[in-house]
Amino acid sequence: MTITLNHFSAATVFALFASIVFGITHRENTREMVRYGLYCFVMFLGGVLVAGWVMWLLRK
Amino acid sequence: MANSTTDKAKAEEAAPLTLMSVVAPVIGWLIPGAGHMIQKRWIRGGLLFVSIVTLFVLGLAMQGHIYKANGGDILDILGFIGNLGAGGLYILTVTMDWGQGAIAFATADYGTKFMIVAGLLNFISVADAYHIAIGKKQ
Repeated sequence: MTITLNHFSAATVFALFASIVFGITHRENTREMVRYGLYCFVMFLGGVLVAGWVMWLLRK
Repeated sequence: MANSTTDKAKAEEAAPLTLMSVVAPVIGWLIPGAGHMIQKRWIRGGLLFVSIVTLFVLGLAMQGHIYKANGGDILDILGFIGNLGAGGLYILTVTMDWGQGAIAFATADYGTKFMIVAGLLNFISVADAYHIAIGKKQ
């Protein structure tokens, strides 16, 4: 069974699961875990978008 | 005089060596999230299990490459260390001889990285299980 993900889907899946783990392991209580997880998710995806545009600029 | 008091205080602060402080990390390495579950952190353990296993399985499904013990390129060695973090998943994958394809296209490259990151996340999860076991975290 082969799964093919496009670049953005792969980045989103990665960000989702990594953020869940980061949220759980880096904070003490539930509320803080959820907040930090969301923060990490935004940072991961935002970073991907920013990096993509920077690479586009460099190539240009 | 002051030194012995300070040393005593430091000894008391040191992590207690309990059975759980050994068992939880080992079980957590073998089965992602299990180190939390045996300490009755069911939801956390369940989420860790789903996240790490899904990343690893997706990586395999994307035809990612699994690294075996090697003495070659530094990146191959780091890849092996990352993969090793997945514990039982890594053992099963190597035993079944999965993940041996060449990284021939972009998706396979992502798959390889997914499996390495799953292992690294499991290392973090194991450390967290240990901290719960020694009472450093609730």
